[in-house]
Amino acid sequence: MTTRDMTFVALFAALTAACAVFPPFQPPFVPAPIVVQNIGVMLAGSILGARRGSLAMALFVVLVAVGMPLLTGWRGGFGVILGPTGGFILSWVPAAFVVGWLVERGWSRLGFWNLLVFNVIGGISVVYLIGIPWLAAVANMELGKAVKVSTIFIPGDLAKAAIASFAALIVKRSYPLIRA
Amino acid sequence: MLSLYVPGDSIVHRLPAGPKLLALFAASTALFAVSGIPIHAAELLAVAGLFRAARLPWRDTLHQLRPALIFLVPIFLFHAFVTDWRLGIETVLRILVLLLLAVLVTLTTKLSDMIDVLERALRPLRHVGVNPSKAGMMLSMVIRFIPLMTREAREILEAQRARGLDRSALALLVPLLIKTLKMAGDLSDAIEARGYDPETVAPVWRRWG
Amino acid sequence: MRIAHAMIEVSNVSHRYGAHEVLKAVNLRIGERRVGIIGANGSGKSTFARLLNGLLIPDEGSVTVDGIDTREDVKAVRRRVGFVFQNPDNQIVFPIVEEDVAFGLRNLKLPKDEVARRVDAVLERYRLERLRDHATHLLSGGEKQMLAISAVLVMEPRYVVLDEPMTLLDLRNKKLVLEIIRGIEQPVVLVTHDLDHLRDFDRIVVFDEGGVMADGPPETAIREYVRAMA
Repeated sequence: MTTRDMTFVALFAALTAACAVFPPFQPPFVPAPIVVQNIGVMLAGSILGARRGSLAMALFVVLVAVGMPLLTGWRGGFGVILGPTGGFILSWVPAAFVVGWLVERGWSRLGFWNLLVFNVIGGISVVYLIGIPWLAAVANMELGKAVKVSTIFIPGDLAKAAIASFAALIVKRSYPLIRA
Repeated sequence: MLSLYVPGDSIVHRLPAGPKLLALFAASTALFAVSGIPIHAAELLAVAGLFRAARLPWRDTLHQLRPALIFLVPIFLFHAFVTDWRLGIETVLRILVLLLLAVLVTLTTKLSDMIDVLERALRPLRHVGVNPSKAGMMLSMVIRFIPLMTREAREILEAQRARGLDRSALALLVPLLIKTLKMAGDLSDAIEARGYDPETVAPVWRRWG
Repeated sequence: MRIAHAMIEVSNVSHRYGAHEVLKAVNLRIGERRVGIIGANGSGKSTFARLLNGLLIPDEGSVTVDGIDTREDVKAVRRRVGFVFQNPDNQIVFPIVEEDVAFGLRNLKLPKDEVARRVDAVLERYRLERLRDHATHLLSGGEKQMLAISAVLVMEPRYVVLDEPMTLLDLRNKKLVLEIIRGIEQPVVLVTHDLDHLRDFDRIVVFDEGGVMADGPPETAIREYVRAMA
């Protein structure tokens, strides 16, 4: 990995933290407000690819774990990671990897729709696949119940996948970083 | 805003970061191995004792716990109505002990000490291609870049607010991304101009909280 | 084969970004103590500066520092030529002042006590002592540039190249940084577009459209530059 790669990785970890600045937005007909921050997962995967993208998320998660208040609402520390929602945050590392892996394979014919599918698979499915069982285990909940609790976030996550896909395509045009 | 560390010289503060982290992980595993309300209640008492020894301000502790506390109420109610209220109490106690321990470690350990421990913990992974000093270097870079990026994000938010575009996530993200990618070139040039070589590098020198 | 002299030598250098040719067959030998580089935006002066410590390797021609070619041993060249960028924010790499100053020395693999000694000396000399354990992002613009310059000077390079280090500063900090630059013992190459900074320099090179338009002592070079810009 070159110095430039290391810089990209560090910048995307920092970018994910900086997204905490953007206020949560509340679209109509959606029960939970949408926090902008976890869009960082999709952006890191879509723009940096599997290896660098997941590394950026790993750095972010590590810094949250060791006590930097980087999550929306100035939260951080081991408590967040070990708590009921910790799985959702830990999942960002494999999620960015999966998004990046898919994007690398589809790079030459990348359009909005396939990018959206990649972000839904990696950025949403992987996150839920890890986050929901974790929630069920920590909270002693039945899996079905944990699934139900989590569904309120799906509309917001879909919106984020669309935004991330748009943004990544715009960026790809001026700064193609995966295969220049 | 660098970290949640609360300076102090209590016995908990003075404990080295490595053992503290190990103890936290051992405890978090053990917590799920035992069950029963009395034992978890006893643990809660013990943790309260540790907090007393650490002499931490209540405000910082509560601030870190608040989001999780909000979660505990529905978890208890869920169990009270669906399964068994005793299981509810046990679950809530277990999570509370876990969170309090985690918050205790976070608030009493310097960030630089934690990263040093991480760097050391990564050393055995050297053989599978992980470079601990690179990882340490990147962690420091992230800590340096966060305020930089946060300022950029804030400036973009203000600029777009002035144009009435602050409700558009795309209008916020795209300029931030372009800015980031432009900065990457200058930053990596600056790092290399000072003789950094990612392949052969000494561990980072840290002295901050 | 030329004998290695204590100087920077740029021979027949051309460089392009994509289709745009930024430098066209530039020849320069720099051996003076104070050399100023001026020129309009896009004249190629920043690209030229980046060639001097191997941040850019020329497409054609060669750049040598004390006889060392940037293509052959870029590390040795970077050790000799310190580089200060326009925007200190894009150059400070570490979260704490002291750490950032130590970074270059760590890359030189110096022993710990030597690192500590040199960091202490530089912090004291540039009046950053009281800021040593401060967070870098909380410094003022002037303090940031002082830190960036200190972090380069602590490495004791043989030459110091500065690329518009005062452009983003207010008047008071401009003066302060200019004062610091005046006090640097090593030969200095200063890229700027403020003619006032160069009055007491030994030599001024004026860049225009990728080539050297004028080259000489301040009065004559500045006169030609002003005439061309008018």
